[in-house]
Amino acid sequence: MKVTVKFFAALREAVGKPQTEQELPPGATVQDLMKLLTQEHPALSRHVSHINVAVNRKYVDLQTTLQQGDEVACLPPVGGG
Amino acid sequence: MAANDGTGGERAKLFEVTNAELSVDEVVGRLADPAVGAVSAFVGVVRGVTDGREVSYLEYEAYPEMAEQTLRQIGDEIRERWKTIREVAIVHRLGRLEIGERSVVIALSAAHRQETFGAVRYAIDRLKEIVPIWKKEVWAEGGAQWRSEE
Repeated sequence: MKVTVKFFAALREAVGKPQTEQELPPGATVQDLMKLLTQEHPALSRHVSHINVAVNRKYVDLQTTLQQGDEVACLPPVGGG
Repeated sequence: MAANDGTGGERAKLFEVTNAELSVDEVVGRLADPAVGAVSAFVGVVRGVTDGREVSYLEYEAYPEMAEQTLRQIGDEIRERWKTIREVAIVHRLGRLEIGERSVVIALSAAHRQETFGAVRYAIDRLKEIVPIWKKEVWAEGGAQWRSEE
């Protein structure tokens, strides 16, 4: 299955692009995805413990199972206002 | 601007991220309603110094769809906690902002003033906690850094 991954702010700069498509085995979790992304983009590793993840625009935890076509967003610590 | 009649017609958006300059009057105007007797507002302004360092400008970035959704969630949370709050509007600006420009305007309406003050504080604290918006400080001496509340 395939998911869309979005990167923002410091993570977008670390990865060098705002968005990518990622192929995953069925039943993969957010944690599995983060492992793959960190392998592919080593620059993410120093951020990974601070990343919050949203799936289809809702915050989720690492154990969440992903579905074909999900929009997964990697969010560094927020700081609006 | 029409009152909240639930038809969703021409009414201005109450929760929005935008690249346009913010006007406090315009955001307060989004709450226009004959039942309202008080509006409290918070205005965030770009500060020229942070931790003793001179800031040249700020660059705001958002996950826009989720940002508007979480702003709306804050509005829902406020009206759940403070039953007297009638309506909430939160508009956050994105892109490059110069020192002194407005970054966010929050306005809350009620029949009477009493509970509006605590609710405004809740709104800005919660915004900084859950809304996917980021700011990068670009320093006058060169260099830049993404800032969070951590």
